[in-house]
Amino acid sequence: MTGSESGFIELDGVEKVFEVRKKTGFMKRERRRVRAVDSISFRVARGEMVGYIGPNGAGKSTTIKMLTGILTPSAGRLRVAGIDPSRDRRRLAHRIGVVFGQRTTLWWDLPLVDSYRLMHRMYRIPDARYRENLDRLVELLDLGELLDVPVRQLSLGQRMRGDIAAALLHDPEVLYLDEPTIGLDVVSKARVREFLRELNAERGTTVLLTTHDLQDIEQLCKRVMVIDHGRLMYDGPLAGLHEAGESERTLVVDLERELPPIEAPAPARVVRVDGPRQWLAFPAAESAAPLVARIAAEYPLVDLSVREPDIEAVIAKMYAEQADRAVS
Amino acid sequence: MADTVRASAVRESAAPGLPGRVREGLRAYGLIAVMWIRSTMAYRASFVLTTFTNFAVTGLDFIAILLMFSSVDALGGFSLPEIAFLYGLSSLAFGLADLLIGSMERLGRRVRDGTLDTLLVRPAPVLAQVAADRFALRRLGRVTQGALVLGYALTTLDIDWTGPKLLLMPVMVVSGGAIFCSVFVAGAAFQFVAQDASEVQNAFTYGGATLLQYPPAVFAQDLVRGVTFVLPLAFVNWLPASYVLGRPYPLDLPRWVAFASPLVAVACCALAGVAWRVGLRSYRSTGS
Repeated sequence: MTGSESGFIELDGVEKVFEVRKKTGFMKRERRRVRAVDSISFRVARGEMVGYIGPNGAGKSTTIKMLTGILTPSAGRLRVAGIDPSRDRRRLAHRIGVVFGQRTTLWWDLPLVDSYRLMHRMYRIPDARYRENLDRLVELLDLGELLDVPVRQLSLGQRMRGDIAAALLHDPEVLYLDEPTIGLDVVSKARVREFLRELNAERGTTVLLTTHDLQDIEQLCKRVMVIDHGRLMYDGPLAGLHEAGESERTLVVDLERELPPIEAPAPARVVRVDGPRQWLAFPAAESAAPLVARIAAEYPLVDLSVREPDIEAVIAKMYAEQADRAVS
Repeated sequence: MADTVRASAVRESAAPGLPGRVREGLRAYGLIAVMWIRSTMAYRASFVLTTFTNFAVTGLDFIAILLMFSSVDALGGFSLPEIAFLYGLSSLAFGLADLLIGSMERLGRRVRDGTLDTLLVRPAPVLAQVAADRFALRRLGRVTQGALVLGYALTTLDIDWTGPKLLLMPVMVVSGGAIFCSVFVAGAAFQFVAQDASEVQNAFTYGGATLLQYPPAVFAQDLVRGVTFVLPLAFVNWLPASYVLGRPYPLDLPRWVAFASPLVAVACCALAGVAWRVGLRSYRSTGS
């Protein structure tokens, strides 16, 4: 096979520099070079399932676009299954599957199955293979009842499952998922994750997913790569990431009126007050229930919500730790 | 395993080189166009209505000409049937181009909202996919209308038909359609760089088609020179039609240029192809 043992996906010092033109006045433009991806190197073995995370604008999408052949790297060497993506875009297309979380590739006004028939012909999938794959995907993603429904009538979760199936009909060896669970409800998220786990275990499909949802990573990926400002900040097991940034959850409470900061039991503490709204931070590992009960008993509570630790926070902590280490 | 081997054999069979690419492109175009036709048929009543509207609205141009002729007998030295001849040829050629790849003017929008990326991960030429995007049969309205006006011209005019004149008729329509197609492609290529340039493109496509509905004599010499030597729209109908009608050529061009339309069309398509490649390459290196 073309993919050598060293890596199915290989990046060596890959860079992507954009020239951004900003309007600074009438007919005046300022040129600025932006390094979206800055000398990134990594290898992903066949059958690995890797999370690729980072804040917005960190360079995630740019990397994925280079890996799929959409964008040409400015420098460095990049190979997927032994193919140079930007040079051999269409040959690569047969071997990769791509799901863009927020952009469906399904045909809005046609029954779901019609989109699959188009894939069948566009990718020249042999008939028997197509039927076998479709049957399997329909079963695993529970699409049976949806095949004859026009895509515009599907819920977001159903459409995402439909999109994932569309990306897998041609037996790709690697699947790129860009925010596959964004906007989905809890049940749909669980279903998508369950499917990806099975796909990876049974077919050995290599999966690279970008996400904002730490739970996606926790439940799916043994390995995580963190990118920020175009640089690879972390590459290793998820546990290491948690160590790097001990995470906290946030409880947001709306009180009836403006009050002094809530006196919460440690280690929970108020981190921000804005009128009747207050933000309390507490360890991610602890239950929110006792804290909520306490506040509800002692304060005029109107509404509340719990926010999961986000990747931005984890990365911010990583920075802080790195700075500490550099000092000591 | 046997399946996998067979699958990869099929996958590699896509022939390389220009003919192979063209064949692949046409195949992808057909597949996608059929999907759009079927999408349209999900709203049958709307389809009938928009097709009729397209027919009627494009016909207003000819009504305008008819109104002018209610107060004059000739326009730029051309009689009503002669103008109808020019009009029909222009509408037919432009209508065909518009029907085939008219949606390419939406490329800028696809670049802006990022949906172009979903086409770039498919194993088919991007040009074919963009050309087939939003393929709309309702555009047959303009083609039908152009054909009807041309039919009226042909039955009214007293043309002394010869072999070359007969030959020139289909050649004119096909070459004209190809010239307009190349304008669409070049305009779309420009939208890789300037995403809000679809109005500029419209000025050349729709504007050009309207220009050609009138005889060259009504326009300033510089404009006629421009659409002959710079953006060679004159080869769509003005020059070949002048030959068929036995009229003097604009700019005192030699007689043979009437037969140059296919060559001009091929040259335009080649240039548009180059522009497209440059545009796509710039998109893939800048991502915007």
